[in-house]
Amino acid sequence: MPVLFNHVQVKHKMNQAVDRSKRKFLIAATSAVGGVAVAGVAVPFVASMLPSARAKAAGAPVEVDISKVEPGMLLAVEWRGKPVWVVNRTPEMLELLGKHDDRLSDPNSEQPQQPDYAKNPTRSIKPEYLVAVGICTHLGCSPTYRRDIGAADLGADWPGGFFCPCHGSAFDLAGRVFAGVPAPVNLVIPPHQYLSDDVLLVGLDSGAIKTQRGVDK
Amino acid sequence: MSAMQKLMGWVDDRFPLTATYKAHLSEYYAPKNFNFWYFFGSLALLVLVLQIVTGIFLTMNYKPDAALAFASVEYIMRDVEWGWLIRYMHSTGASMFFVVVYLHMFRGLMYGSYRKPRELIWIFGVLIYLALMAEAFLGYLLPWGQMSFWGAQVIVNLFAAVPFIGEDLSIWIRGDYVISDATLNRFFAFHVIALPLVLIALVAVHLVALHEVGSNNPDGVEIKKKKDPNTGIPLDGIPFHPYYTVKDIVGVIVFLMVFSAILFFAPAMGGYFLEAANFVPADPLKTPEHIAPLWYFTPFYAILRAVPPLFGSQFPGVLAMGLSIVLLFFLPWLDRSKVKSIRYRGPIYKVALALFIVSFVGLGYLGLLPSTPIATLFAQIFSVIYFLFFLLMPWYTSIDKTKPEPERVTG
Repeated sequence: MPVLFNHVQVKHKMNQAVDRSKRKFLIAATSAVGGVAVAGVAVPFVASMLPSARAKAAGAPVEVDISKVEPGMLLAVEWRGKPVWVVNRTPEMLELLGKHDDRLSDPNSEQPQQPDYAKNPTRSIKPEYLVAVGICTHLGCSPTYRRDIGAADLGADWPGGFFCPCHGSAFDLAGRVFAGVPAPVNLVIPPHQYLSDDVLLVGLDSGAIKTQRGVDK
Repeated sequence: MSAMQKLMGWVDDRFPLTATYKAHLSEYYAPKNFNFWYFFGSLALLVLVLQIVTGIFLTMNYKPDAALAFASVEYIMRDVEWGWLIRYMHSTGASMFFVVVYLHMFRGLMYGSYRKPRELIWIFGVLIYLALMAEAFLGYLLPWGQMSFWGAQVIVNLFAAVPFIGEDLSIWIRGDYVISDATLNRFFAFHVIALPLVLIALVAVHLVALHEVGSNNPDGVEIKKKKDPNTGIPLDGIPFHPYYTVKDIVGVIVFLMVFSAILFFAPAMGGYFLEAANFVPADPLKTPEHIAPLWYFTPFYAILRAVPPLFGSQFPGVLAMGLSIVLLFFLPWLDRSKVKSIRYRGPIYKVALALFIVSFVGLGYLGLLPSTPIATLFAQIFSVIYFLFFLLMPWYTSIDKTKPEPERVTG
């Protein structure tokens, strides 16, 4: 019966003049409500691609024993899936650091790529230990440690530092980027603190000090 | 009426089988003067089928898990019966897909196949090319080797260069703060389900649009202008089946000979089809000494590297790379020449096209090399030529001295 009833209704309607403005309104209203529904349903799908609760929780700080890092050597540890370098800089290396400021993009670390306590000429808490995220600020490769001063392929004035094999970005031994390379800013100094003379904690700064934006993700 | 005819009649009353067969094969009239360059469309279709079939069989043994992926590929290569063959068919097929598609696109450039009324065929084609690049990129992460990992790291970081939203966008794409298991798993989903569906749909609309307006030909003249007054069939048209199906079989056989030679004798193609560094499992702490994308991406990669950072951001390079592909969409409206085919174009377009090809191949070569100042300089020169080919096209195609087009196709 309902089918027949509808049929009669339609036939009845057809005989009258079509109310175009009402039809237009109904089409617009149906489309708008439908559009809102589609957008609403899209939210969970789009949001499901964000880092999961587990991925967010995986950023635990890492303890590093630095007693075995000989002067001039680099130790790479993993923190939040990224390489973090600990470099024990020799006095000669530290001395060379101040001599090429004119060739750097951001010699005074004005960009927020480090916590406040590392915004100093050596970009570190202890002058000899550089703690930096070993990810090039260009497109995310991990640069190579090149301590060989005046290396043949990097020029006679190469003061030692890091060279990215992917696109040729270069950083000095404080992770400061040289001007004229693809990388726009200095290497990131992660939040860190020393639990003792030999033990470094990467990923957490000693509470009193506030980290800058861009470092604490 | 035979039983077969009866069956066909029964089907045709319910589904347009005979009508579809006629419209797309036996009564689809293609110009009679197709040459060598017209093999690559059907070959692209063949490779698509090869990739889908081999891909389905690979998923039977592949594990989309960061802890298991690399070993599962080795397992396919060593322990699965004929697994090595299926895997090499898939990896060789990926590169050959681009070989065939690049030649197919070059054909379009030579004979003006993108010109009115075939603008939509061209646009669907560029979309297919984009989907193909996405498919290849996603697939390259799956073996979870060093190149997989660091290639994906670099490409996803391109999105991070977008102003304001970039960082969040790249995290959303990865599903993590670094390339990780979450990234691998979603790339697998996109690679095996989402993009193949998109590709097949795009190929379907590409063909529907082609069969609506009819194929172009090396003379660039419309065969539909001269029809037989009695039959309404274009005088220079021949049925696609059997004429071009038979011709295409010859192309398929030659193609499969080349394909097999690569597959059996040089599946890695000296590092161009499968990079050496990808035989080492992904190590998030160590970037390989030299990283480069696979050969089919290197022209765009070279453009990316050629643009220096501006205002402390690498976004201009990313923008230039994106623009180099987006410009393809506008080709039908950039070309103002009176003729379509290179046969009747003047010297300016011939020189421009030659320079463009030299630049594209040059960029592709430079993209394979480590960046040095001299390589960067050449990449910058080639990039400028690449862009000028498109940006100056409205000007140089309108002043170019063309020859008159023939009334009907020649030879």
